[in-house]
Amino acid sequence: MADPVNFTVDGHQLQAAPGTLLINAAKEAGISIPAFCYYDNLSLQAACRMCLVEVEKTPKLQVACTLPVAEGMVVHTDSPQVRNARKLTLEFLLTNHPLDCPVCDKGGECELQDMVFRYGAGTSRFVEAKVHVDEKQWSPIVFYDAPRCILCYRCVRICGEGLGVGALGVGNRGVASEIVPNRGDHLECDECGACIDICPVGALTSGTYRYKTRPWEMEHVGTICTHCSNGCKTTLGVRNGEIMRANNRDRSGINGEFLCVKGRYAYDFTEHPDRLTAPLVRTNGELKPVSWAIALATVAKRFTEIRARNGKFGVIGSNHTTNEENYQLQKFARQVLGTSNIDHHRTGDVVTLLDALHGRTNALAATSDLDKTKAALVIDADLAQEQPLLAFQLRSNWRLNKAHVYAVTPGPVREDNYATTVRAEIGGEFEALEGLREKLAAEPELIIIFGAAIKGEAVRKLVAFGDSLAIPIKYVALVDYSNSRGASDMGVLPDLLPGYHSISDAGLQAGLAYDQILSSPDLNALWVVGANPLSRQMLASQDAFVVVQDLFLTETVQRADVVFPALCAYEKNGTVTNVCGDVQKLNRGSKTMGPKPDLDIFALLAKEMRADLGASKVDEVFAEIRSQVHGYAVSLPMVLSGGAVQTVPLNGHLEIRSRPELIQSAGNTLYTSGTLGRYSRMLNSVLEAPGALYHDPHKEPFIQKGSVQLETTEKYG
Amino acid sequence: MTFSPELEARFARLLNSYPPGRTRSAVVPMLLYAQDEIGCVTQELVEEVARRCSVTPLQVDEVIGYYSMLHRKPLGKYHVQVCTNIACQAVGAEELWDHACKSLKLANKQVSADGLVSLEEVECIGACSWAPAIQINYDFHHKVTPERFDQLMAALADDSYSRKAS
Amino acid sequence: MPRYNETSPLEQMIISYRFDLPNSASIDTYLANDGYVAIKKVLEMTPEAIIEELKVSSLRGRGGAGFPTGMKWSFVPRTTGKPTYIICNSDESEPATCKDRLLMENDPHQLIEGMMIAGWTIKSNKGYIFIRGEYRYLIDIVDRAIAEAYERGYLGKNILGTGWDFDLYTHTGAGAYECGEESALLESLEGKRGVPRLKPPFPAVVGAFQSPTILNNCETFSAIPWIFRNSGAAFAALGTPKNGGTRLMCVSGHVSKPGVYELPMGFNMLRLINEVAGGVWKGKKLKAVIPGGSSSPVLRAEECDIPYDFDSLAKAKTMAGSGGLVVLDEDTDIVAVALRTIKFYAHESCGWCIPCREGTTWLKKVLSRFHDGLGQESDIDLIKDLADNMLGRTFCALGDAAAMPMQGFIAKFRDEFEEYLRKSRATEPSPELVAI
Repeated sequence: MADPVNFTVDGHQLQAAPGTLLINAAKEAGISIPAFCYYDNLSLQAACRMCLVEVEKTPKLQVACTLPVAEGMVVHTDSPQVRNARKLTLEFLLTNHPLDCPVCDKGGECELQDMVFRYGAGTSRFVEAKVHVDEKQWSPIVFYDAPRCILCYRCVRICGEGLGVGALGVGNRGVASEIVPNRGDHLECDECGACIDICPVGALTSGTYRYKTRPWEMEHVGTICTHCSNGCKTTLGVRNGEIMRANNRDRSGINGEFLCVKGRYAYDFTEHPDRLTAPLVRTNGELKPVSWAIALATVAKRFTEIRARNGKFGVIGSNHTTNEENYQLQKFARQVLGTSNIDHHRTGDVVTLLDALHGRTNALAATSDLDKTKAALVIDADLAQEQPLLAFQLRSNWRLNKAHVYAVTPGPVREDNYATTVRAEIGGEFEALEGLREKLAAEPELIIIFGAAIKGEAVRKLVAFGDSLAIPIKYVALVDYSNSRGASDMGVLPDLLPGYHSISDAGLQAGLAYDQILSSPDLNALWVVGANPLSRQMLASQDAFVVVQDLFLTETVQRADVVFPALCAYEKNGTVTNVCGDVQKLNRGSKTMGPKPDLDIFALLAKEMRADLGASKVDEVFAEIRSQVHGYAVSLPMVLSGGAVQTVPLNGHLEIRSRPELIQSAGNTLYTSGTLGRYSRMLNSVLEAPGALYHDPHKEPFIQKGSVQLETTEKYG
Repeated sequence: MTFSPELEARFARLLNSYPPGRTRSAVVPMLLYAQDEIGCVTQELVEEVARRCSVTPLQVDEVIGYYSMLHRKPLGKYHVQVCTNIACQAVGAEELWDHACKSLKLANKQVSADGLVSLEEVECIGACSWAPAIQINYDFHHKVTPERFDQLMAALADDSYSRKAS
Repeated sequence: MPRYNETSPLEQMIISYRFDLPNSASIDTYLANDGYVAIKKVLEMTPEAIIEELKVSSLRGRGGAGFPTGMKWSFVPRTTGKPTYIICNSDESEPATCKDRLLMENDPHQLIEGMMIAGWTIKSNKGYIFIRGEYRYLIDIVDRAIAEAYERGYLGKNILGTGWDFDLYTHTGAGAYECGEESALLESLEGKRGVPRLKPPFPAVVGAFQSPTILNNCETFSAIPWIFRNSGAAFAALGTPKNGGTRLMCVSGHVSKPGVYELPMGFNMLRLINEVAGGVWKGKKLKAVIPGGSSSPVLRAEECDIPYDFDSLAKAKTMAGSGGLVVLDEDTDIVAVALRTIKFYAHESCGWCIPCREGTTWLKKVLSRFHDGLGQESDIDLIKDLADNMLGRTFCALGDAAAMPMQGFIAKFRDEFEEYLRKSRATEPSPELVAI
């Protein structure tokens, strides 16, 4: 490590590592140098000239965002000359920037507004006509208003450098310069909205949020995205109980800069007109709205009756409900209904992985490990489609830290653009891995990330391959949804208890698995919580009493005898566990009248059945999970303050009866999200205009331009 | 997309002239040379150049917007470019420009109805000491008076225009 | 016609003397007239000796900045293991400049030889001549010359038995003044928008294709063979201290004999106008001279009695720039010249940075209004202030190039701006303009 450099900023003696940029060195010392184009982890532009500072013995003002600190440098960031330069840069900027702040989405949280407020002149000397260009719609999500654009190129860089999509560029020249989309008049991209979030002004606005509200009218609730398993922090802007937007501008979560189209825009299912708002009970063959009391009584009565005659129950849990709910559901099934017939749609072979890794410590990767690992290997997964945060992390790690990324996949993947990738059919992965052996063994460490095609024996084989490399290795078994991992950890499994404790140790028999429940002709009762098993499979039992808790009138709900309307993740508190086992807290954002959290439904139903589930409030159940579920004794302050804490499941042999054929990823893309995705208007609108995911400039777009139906939104003014 | 054998040969030489893996360098020359042959930069040409130079169509679009000689719309068969920059301005270029607009009945960057002539006011074309100067396509014409301009336009109209610079 | 104007007896031709020869662009003419003599001498020299000779010659970059060429070459690291490149800047676009055109049209082999000398110095194997798109006919001429040089073994593999390979190519621009800025030129050469690069690193270290690069103006390269045929000292002796050799002076505007003339550095500017270029036309009086391309601040008539070299003009708070002089007579409308100048820079600003993009446009609008007779008293100071605020604060020198002439016009001809205001007031009152 080279000696630190000594320099002075505004009279403060400072030190920083050689090569540190002045803007960062000053920031470390609490001295803020304003800038538009400078952005952490993106390439340097020196375009906005806001960060000009005075450096003694240098005739001209210097650009702090590209100037490395030097020994003995004396800097003034607040001299009259600097203040004047900032004022004049802003004056230049405002010459063509429309002063439509009263109607601009960004008004109130606009960096240009804030800069002008702090550094700008009180008057304008500009009396000429402004350049005007009409606003353009580039996709269902992205709108561009060129006159508002200050050309900081953040959007171009986050899309190209950050995401590797490269859908934005710069067109024209001089004062006519503007940002242009990759398909002439429209965008073909991931529709992630990173460009909109990163825009310091109101030049890029989103189809979901524009002209709907003012920033100060909203409460901002940080919670966890309910779609894929990556567990990104998304900040909901909530006005009067309604979600107006979701973004990640504070970069506070495990996802840093990142959110995909689902995290930013697919919250709108909460407002879908098909949302169930009242309990339904089937009378004369039709589902009719009834009161909660009647619905609960109906279910309690039938469950009690079936239990009394030792009838056959089947319980199917959810990949989306909270840990607390999953925990209570399995408890309800095992203790109140007396059944082990409980399972959920398993989307990755976490169980076999844990068993294969028995006795090892430090063998499971936390989400944050992907940001700093020296090397990563992806097997049988198209991360950009299925696990977008992990794809972003690996790319960023490659870009910023020169991490090596390898991928063995059956088809083209985004990683092809920068990683060492090998094509291998499902089943042929190990042959391909042998080809990479030498390179992999030379890495100082490795994270192996594998998809659902690697299951059962293949998982053990993979761990054996990892062992043979003789380097430190951590694993990630990919799963599909926001709490797929939690459902497994909480024991929503027929053969394992919460924390993967052995069922036989508890003196219980293994129950029926997912497919067996559905295919038992003599099933008396099926209870489905937050899942839609009947979308893919018929229920064999004609006479089963079916109870469903869900948000929408799904295929499964249509078969139900009693339906409880449930709240979604954005409407309740609790915890979820992401693909890497990081547990994070959900915070209630929006409000929907009528439905209840699944946790409350369990408590009410237990009460109705005169059963005791013990704890019933979220905090109490989480306390029980922390004490009872192996690996969940995590730091409470960390979780409560919005952090992510990795859980460390049982470190011993698991009593495995799990059948690998049950493990099946739903194969969601960036634009689908199982049943939930069907109820997101925004997600469906971008499905009609899908992005060029693989960045092959010569490939025809999936859908020809003429067929893209862009929604025309009335432009303000 | 097919081009003349001469242009194809030029493209081949061009792509060979840059260091390995630097085919992107050929984007600007390829666009300009192709534009000269087919009249303007069409979307088909954008895709073709992108393919041949291994870049995205967006990267080609960015370039087209930047360089003032690249045109998305067809120009006239004869593109008449009148320089009005300071050296030409000093010796009557603005008057010449007004004369050109009036006599051709065209405004800046307009094409005549028959497609024969297009007119553009351009920046310095490097004929300052022999001003005022115009370019017809790539041909320079120096010390162009309104009378000389009319002669040249008449030659364009009756097809007697000689490509030789004057 | 090899030239477009008569020569002057006062000219001292060391790089333009072949212009009048028949078939001056052909290799045979070149070989018969000292051609490819210098390279043979240079092939015997070490890089250090070559650079030293260049330093002695006091050759300074002819593109505009006047940076000492020998020093520029000495910055090129020769041991990086990376390929190196020789780039000729023939993107001649500075208004009032038309010399590179003549050099390429009439003596392309001289340029090729100059680039070969640079190539040998840093053992480069590839060079590009970046020619502005408008000069299409020159691409054909230079391509032909390059082909001749290949045929005769001056380019290609194992040049003159030395084992050194050197390939040379032309590369066309497509209409962008900014590509004359060396790093923007390199971006353009790489197929991108001509937006300048962050500096440092300078092109000498990280230039074309991320490799060490010698990048010089066409006239600079063209002067080099003479230096090595004769000597650095002989070249230096032609000019004034630190300003070696001759320059192609492009005289335009209100003179009787506008033209491109080769004169020693330090030649008196008034003599250039009066004795070489035939004096101010139509018997008029001299009002002003824009001495070194449109980005150089204007000089009033009484300031023009100075030696024309980089240092003397810098002392007069203007610059020799690209060697293009626009002579303006007593009837010249300075506001119109200022407006035309800023229109150019607004059109050519690449748009990358805020002060240049917005500043040039704003200035254009103010001057345009002013010129239309709708000016206000405060506009004069506004023009000056906007130019002051651009100067030194833009990403590249284009902002300075736009600001400096504006400052010059106001500083030197404020009276004319005020007079303009009085005249326009007399005819039509300026409408009330309210700041938004």
